[in-house]
Amino acid sequence: MSKFSQLVRVVIVGLLVLCVGHPGMGMRLSHAAEPIKIGMAGPFSGSDASFGEQLWRGAEQAAADINKAGGLLQQGGKGGRPIQLIKADDACEPKQAAAVASRLVDMEKVVAVVGHFCSSSTMPASTIYADAGVLMMTPGSTNPAITERQLSTVFRMCGRDDQQGVVGADFVLNRLKARRIAVLHDKTTYGQGLADAMRARLRSAGHTEVLYEGLTRGEKDFNALVTKLKGVQSDAVYFGGYHSEAGPLVRQMREQGMTAPLISGDGIFSEVLVTSAGGPGFVKGVYMTFGADPRKMPAGQALVELFRKNGYEPEGYTLYSYATVQAIAAAIQATQSLEGEKLAQWLRGHAVETVMGSKSWDGKGDLQVSDYVMYQWDDKGKYREVE
Amino acid sequence: MDIYIIGQQWVNGLVLGSTYGLIAVGYTMVYGIIGMINFAHGDIYMISAYLTAIFLALFAAMGLHSVPVVLLGVLALTLLFTALYGWSVERVAYRPLRRSTRLAPLISAIGISLILQNYVRISQGARNQGVPPLLEGSFRFPAEALDHRFIQITYLQSLIVITALLSMALLTWIIQRTALGRACRATQQDRVMATLLGVNTDRIISLVFVMGAAMAAVAGFLVTLNYGSFDFYVGFLMGIKAFTAAVLGGIGSLPGAMLGGVVLGLAESFFAGFVNSDYKDVFAFSILILFLIFRPSGFLGVPEVEKV
Repeated sequence: MSKFSQLVRVVIVGLLVLCVGHPGMGMRLSHAAEPIKIGMAGPFSGSDASFGEQLWRGAEQAAADINKAGGLLQQGGKGGRPIQLIKADDACEPKQAAAVASRLVDMEKVVAVVGHFCSSSTMPASTIYADAGVLMMTPGSTNPAITERQLSTVFRMCGRDDQQGVVGADFVLNRLKARRIAVLHDKTTYGQGLADAMRARLRSAGHTEVLYEGLTRGEKDFNALVTKLKGVQSDAVYFGGYHSEAGPLVRQMREQGMTAPLISGDGIFSEVLVTSAGGPGFVKGVYMTFGADPRKMPAGQALVELFRKNGYEPEGYTLYSYATVQAIAAAIQATQSLEGEKLAQWLRGHAVETVMGSKSWDGKGDLQVSDYVMYQWDDKGKYREVE
Repeated sequence: MDIYIIGQQWVNGLVLGSTYGLIAVGYTMVYGIIGMINFAHGDIYMISAYLTAIFLALFAAMGLHSVPVVLLGVLALTLLFTALYGWSVERVAYRPLRRSTRLAPLISAIGISLILQNYVRISQGARNQGVPPLLEGSFRFPAEALDHRFIQITYLQSLIVITALLSMALLTWIIQRTALGRACRATQQDRVMATLLGVNTDRIISLVFVMGAAMAAVAGFLVTLNYGSFDFYVGFLMGIKAFTAAVLGGIGSLPGAMLGGVVLGLAESFFAGFVNSDYKDVFAFSILILFLIFRPSGFLGVPEVEKV
């Protein structure tokens, strides 16, 4: 046999293998187990780490449940690809958030991102995801500006602070009947945004706040500010911020003899507030807005039971995070695509059945319906919805 | 302006300033003796907060509930263990680098600071930690007051001010009146000469770190009881504020550290109370900048002497 005909035969066999093998088994074999990477970004260290834990618990459970059911992108009932969560810690720091966002996009090549949590982190990170065409859905960032910028791949699974501020302001004016209202914030994107929303609603109802000031995150001594609150005879204090500052603030109010209620938003929605205040005795008279308790929704009962059986109370944003993974998975499954723009387009036009009920999004990426209600802390260190 | 509000702000500032002062002592002593800033000092303070909570839990588990016994016991243990941390920082980050460039120990101290923070974060968790209120109640002037027309100082706040004054007095006495203090001052003035005259300068430098850490432990203990919560990051901001206090008072001067702390605390309280709390830190650090420009030696510092 000549060398030439040998070569021809090799080429022919090679071409044959390509023709037969490529569409059927070639793809399937090499990609069968390749996971779909989804970033899970949030504060896993720092003073907001308890929120990061909520997000991680929810997302981890959702990924595990989806993988157990066969993963995503199945074809003909088999060969689904599992979800692999990539944990990214932003410590609620804007600079670190931008850095981990770049890492998720450039090095990990994630398909979508669940997160971030703090609005001040979500803002810079979302720009990076939008530029890279990566779908991002935050389970807990409530600052309006996040979706107002019309970034096409940015969504959220929670309400907005302008809605939250309205509920807060109406409660303070109509239920607590307070008139000398002080508005405080922690100078973060989230905290100040929430305080501004509150103030806007107060003013449109014809009330001017007696005080509007910021405090410094990371400090523990707010005694000077509390004395000032006493000086202006405030009968209700609204605080835009997180529990690590709300705790010491309410404690020092009580220690200085102020009985005025403290009202805040979803940033203090965690039982760690009691620890931050240094005891359940101090949190009586604290109110906060949050979505209607997802633990009570019928769709999530089995999941809540599962969490409790494993010794974890799925409070706060745990179920939001679970639902976020569900929404991303639903979009991937429906479009059979991993392209951020396609996933985003699908999410805008379709409702997703989640553990928190049916969710759908408007053109900006906000939820069509959000349901803020008021919660109240008692002196045992527990909270419940205000009837 | 209401006299009670003004009086209350004096109390607030004095209490805050006393804690700054206690921590500032650690910066100023170390600077005095080796001419370097101990960047791990804020984290030593943070460690003492955790130790306080741990020992409180330990005493509660042992069934001890007498408040004075618990307070003294926890303070003694916290002091002891925090002092150990201070000693270790010197052994690990400073002594091996004593003869290298001036920048080397500075960087190793920053390294220690990061190690301590992350060690606590990993071993204790990143969540906020809290201690239950141990000593509740307050003095009010006048005692029979209507509305909010009174000046109040809680028992714990008065304990903070008194303890700060007492420990400063004790420390000043040690430095000025004992043989140990004489050795410290000798080492501070001229380390080589002190060695030649038979002072074990290595031991003295260790001792200074230990004393600084002990003062930070007193502050950590009192602050933890007063505010009830802390996390692994509290040392950072507190460290910066205390360092500012040390510079204001004149770095290297013991009474200066206390004075600087109180002035900073009062400045912050009055600015937050009567002007605007948004710009409280801007104001505090503007004072620092003005001092650095016009009086770099602070309130009580001596003008810089060239070190050999």
